[in-house]
Amino acid sequence: MIVSVENLTHRYGSRTALNGLSFEVAEGSVFGLLGPNGGGKSTLFRILATMMSPTEGRVSVAGYDVDRDPDEVRRHIGVVFQTQSLDKKLTVEENLRAQGHLYGLRGGNLTARVDNALTRLSLTERRGDIVDTLSGGLRRRVEIAKALLHHPRVLLMDEPSTGLDPGARRELADHIAELRDTEGVTVLITTHILDEADRCDRLLLLHEGRKVAEGSPAELKARVGGLVVALEVNDPDVMTRQIQEKFGVTPQVVGETLRLEIENGHRFVTEVVEAFPGAIQSVAFHKPTLEDVFLDETGATIS
Amino acid sequence: MKFWLPVWTLWQREMIRFWREKTRVLGFVASPLIFWLVIGSGFGDLAFFYPGALTLTVMFSAVFSTMTLIEDRKEGFLLSMLVSPAPRGAMVLGKLLGSSTLAWLQALAVLAFLPFTGLEVTAPGVAATVGVLYLISFTFTALGFLIAWNMDSAQGFHAVMNLVLFPLWMVSGALFGFSSAHGWMQWVMRINPLTYATVAIRRLLAAEVEAGTPSMTVSLAVTAACGLLLWAASTAAARRKSSGGSA
Repeated sequence: MIVSVENLTHRYGSRTALNGLSFEVAEGSVFGLLGPNGGGKSTLFRILATMMSPTEGRVSVAGYDVDRDPDEVRRHIGVVFQTQSLDKKLTVEENLRAQGHLYGLRGGNLTARVDNALTRLSLTERRGDIVDTLSGGLRRRVEIAKALLHHPRVLLMDEPSTGLDPGARRELADHIAELRDTEGVTVLITTHILDEADRCDRLLLLHEGRKVAEGSPAELKARVGGLVVALEVNDPDVMTRQIQEKFGVTPQVVGETLRLEIENGHRFVTEVVEAFPGAIQSVAFHKPTLEDVFLDETGATIS
Repeated sequence: MKFWLPVWTLWQREMIRFWREKTRVLGFVASPLIFWLVIGSGFGDLAFFYPGALTLTVMFSAVFSTMTLIEDRKEGFLLSMLVSPAPRGAMVLGKLLGSSTLAWLQALAVLAFLPFTGLEVTAPGVAATVGVLYLISFTFTALGFLIAWNMDSAQGFHAVMNLVLFPLWMVSGALFGFSSAHGWMQWVMRINPLTYATVAIRRLLAAEVEAGTPSMTVSLAVTAACGLLLWAASTAAARRKSSGGSA
């Protein structure tokens, strides 16, 4: 396992940010840490990136302990921060060359790697542009090119699609998948965006510093079963009781809405509308999403 | 891991950034010159105030050039350095060499006005001044680094500078000499590390040096010792690993 986390606990003073977390990441996969902001993702990211020592527990990346051997870990990880980390006054190429120097790369080897990284992320025409003049999507791509320059085995990305428009987001996802397929790079991303999480090979759902679920997106969604039906009703309490009596299922009350997970969702929708004429404002149903999984496990929403 | 490659690249980065900010280049030279002309003309003694203006230039630009460290942190550039395997000592040295070179160049721009001061300095004297200016620049860059490393806002940095550095400069012999200072003030001047930088420059430029002024050797030794100490402290500060901070 290229990343292994065992019983990781981290506290800021009296506040516990991570609580007894354990998981492993297989080499060559895209692994997502999904959870709401404040759920412990950033803390975990900082520990994996060797920016912070954990309070308790063991974390190893590429076979090295992040706390005891941070320099070895640093050689094998590429890090893409949520905030940007480029020098805005330098050109794209100057940023990449400076990064290469920090990793001891030079001469023809460095030049070849810079060219390769620029090509891989379709940035060749932008190499002479000052970073300040680039759009958000382009900058994120430069960040990734920069993080890949030393051929890391693990790419750590903190909320990579924050601030990107849908088009740039899709492009980014394609680039990530391509890296995994052609180079065998392991990608570990933190996210609170469902689309992005759906594209991961495996996910860990994080809530209040604890693991609530782990699996592939399909496995996680299969846990929910059937369809998710949302009924907007006049009186949630009365309706809850009536649905319990008539259908033998207990809806979850989320604000003004009753939420149900039903095996035969399509039939239920017609039946419930006929059974309570006038009491239902609107009906909606969808296949289970990761948001439903999270809601089931924690009673809280991701975004 | 190679040590000098990161040092070189960080030095080069400071040069490129500086060159691309043309207004910074101009402000760099203009403000100390105006200061010198105003004060010097006011007291009717351009020659006496010239060494003081020169040390003021090099000290302040050295300290202020490290303010870019706060920008580096805000803009995230510092983060990517910290997660790279480059030695922390190399990062600190690269930043110090880069920033101190810029401050030194600014001082040299002021030094170019030497022929207009009426001071008579030999060629070796000028060469030595150029060297000593770099030493002072490095020392004060290290001081700035140490302050900036622990600061997250430029405002805080300015406050420290105004409260500490400027008063220290005023009692460093730049505005009045040793003999014109009263009893306790002479002692303040002697324990003020800035005094030794000012004295070194004043002696080199053969401006009036009053009795009781520290010798050249002492001045250089104190300045160099301060520089080494601050450099070591900066490196130590950068090596400390975070165990918390804000989430």
